[in-house]
Amino acid sequence: MSADVELDRVTVRFGQFTAVKEASLKIAGGEFFSFLGPSGCGKTTILRTVSGFLDPSEGAVRIAGKDMIGIGANKRPTALIFQNLALFPLMTVAENITYGLRVRGMNKADRRKRADELLHLIALPGQGDKLVSELSGGQKQRVAIARALAVEPQVLLLDEPLSALDLKLRQHMRNELRAIQQRVGITFIYITHDQGEALTMSDRIAVMNNGVIEQVGDGKAVYDEPRTSFVASFVGENNPFAGRVAKADRTGAVVETPFGLLRGRNPNGVKEGDKAILFVRPEALRVGEGPKDATVTSTVLNVAFEGNASHIFLKGADKKDITLTVGRLERVEIPEQGSTASVTYNPDLGLVLPEGKLARE
Amino acid sequence: MSRLFVYLIPVFVIAVFMVMAHFERRVAHDPTHRGFFDRNGTVLGIAFIALVAFWTLFLVVLPYLYMVQESFHPKLVAAERGGPKDILTLEQYRSFFIQPTDGEVNTTHLWAFFFSLAASAAVTVLNFAICYPLAYYMAQAGSVQKVRLLMLALIVPYWVNEILRAFSLRLLLASKGLINQVLMGLGLTDAPVDFLGNNVGLYVGLSYAYLLVMMFPLYNAVESLDKNQIEAARDLGAPWWRIHKDVVIPYAKPGIASGCTMVFMLSAGSLAAPQFLGGPKTLWFTSIVYDFFFQAFNWPRGAAYAFLLLAGCIALVMLMLRVFKVSLGETIR
Repeated sequence: MSADVELDRVTVRFGQFTAVKEASLKIAGGEFFSFLGPSGCGKTTILRTVSGFLDPSEGAVRIAGKDMIGIGANKRPTALIFQNLALFPLMTVAENITYGLRVRGMNKADRRKRADELLHLIALPGQGDKLVSELSGGQKQRVAIARALAVEPQVLLLDEPLSALDLKLRQHMRNELRAIQQRVGITFIYITHDQGEALTMSDRIAVMNNGVIEQVGDGKAVYDEPRTSFVASFVGENNPFAGRVAKADRTGAVVETPFGLLRGRNPNGVKEGDKAILFVRPEALRVGEGPKDATVTSTVLNVAFEGNASHIFLKGADKKDITLTVGRLERVEIPEQGSTASVTYNPDLGLVLPEGKLARE
Repeated sequence: MSRLFVYLIPVFVIAVFMVMAHFERRVAHDPTHRGFFDRNGTVLGIAFIALVAFWTLFLVVLPYLYMVQESFHPKLVAAERGGPKDILTLEQYRSFFIQPTDGEVNTTHLWAFFFSLAASAAVTVLNFAICYPLAYYMAQAGSVQKVRLLMLALIVPYWVNEILRAFSLRLLLASKGLINQVLMGLGLTDAPVDFLGNNVGLYVGLSYAYLLVMMFPLYNAVESLDKNQIEAARDLGAPWWRIHKDVVIPYAKPGIASGCTMVFMLSAGSLAAPQFLGGPKTLWFTSIVYDFFFQAFNWPRGAAYAFLLLAGCIALVMLMLRVFKVSLGETIR
């Protein structure tokens, strides 16, 4: 059974510091929902208020419509997977997995049976009698998932559980987590600073910065239609061109940038004279001349070959490079380092957003 | 014969240290690791070994060996030592079980022995019960400032010397002492409670004396436990007592064993607190040993009794380590 989770104007303060500011959102039952943001943005604090280790200073957390304030972590229908997994080192794999059941008073034979089932689910059959220390990183990961699933939670909370794994394993575990989620059908709330993880696994993503939820939407929306400068710069690579808006209407806006007047869409309705940033993704840029208000000319600083694609770095304003990605099979002449090159984009793929804080590189 | 043995000991100790120095390089896994003599030079190397060997010899090995051999001799006046009466004998050990004067079972000493061990065990349990919650609070729950204050409050009383502490406790617990006056004033009791005669003073005094000895190993053990382990258990539904039973105590077991062993050994071997705070009918085993040495000048019997106490303590500790499945190596981690 899965439950929906609702945050209702949740604010969490630690002394003078506000870790989470009026977070409100509703996560549907059975959804794979991610909180994405840089470290210190408050995403772990939100997870701890949902799991019951922290009470919000203001606002309410509801799980399946029930107010959770005053209900301890051991009484909530949630299970948490810790960043460092926190498996019990003195217990065997099976004892770890069935600990929650033992606490609930299930007898030994039933526990053994359940452990075997779960070991099958995580593809570690017959490994129940091993000690946790005898397992590899990926296996430990799966044991932690099984331990949390054993208590049949309605909501599974995951606190960056893949961050300790190496790249290959991490990518493999992404698929596995998604598959497990679809199999068990319960709500997953996933915390990560890795936008790749969030984009590949989640049904929806909440992008957080400085304790504030900046945008909630599915991966495509967050990537293609960012609503703030922070989201545009944090999710995926993006080239910012800052300046004042020279001309604006419903369909588009022209920004006066150090590279001249440049055009993009205007979803937020910036007005003439506003400070704004035009964002163009590296894959939206291509080498060559185009319309004057969608062409940037600068010096080529570097060309990096990355197998499936090449990255061209042009000298940008404020010491920030302009990045351009060229696919391996695109038949373009790649400009030489040190030469001057023009790059252009389809103005529909440029996005003008009100000026705001950018994600730190 | 025994003299030759004594002369051979230094040679033996030095030889052992030389061998240890030689093998030390093999223990290090680094193949470029240089041996003890390569690092220090021959002269300094020998000097180090000789110094450590003599330290070990004169401060550790020899005194005990002397006492061991003393315990296997009869009590003799100085003139008879080395004479025909100076034979190896078990009579001192036998006297612990059977009175040498009348051949009766030595109930007084046997009782004192078992009472001392049992009372020390009780003190150990009491100390654990006091220290575990404190150590857990300090290591896992308390804020830094509160923990510092608590630590200070625990340490400062130890600046007071033992005699002062013991006698002030006596004053508190005496039949006309403060506690009895309060109890009677509140009407909780008509006649004063005989705290000292019932050994309450003894248990309180001993527990207090060795509180820190229990505290620090426990604190160290609990402190290194990952907080996430506690939260994981709670998240899986465990009530607080289960978290302690299943997660904290198993993890801290080596520290608990280490603290308990030390408190037990020190209590069983303590002299001052039982003498000042024990009831009039209470005979602590170390007091008997003390009297043999300094009242009866019977060093052989005193030595034999002291070794019996040591053997008894070690046996009990080993048994407990076995029962609780802790290896000796873990307790000194």
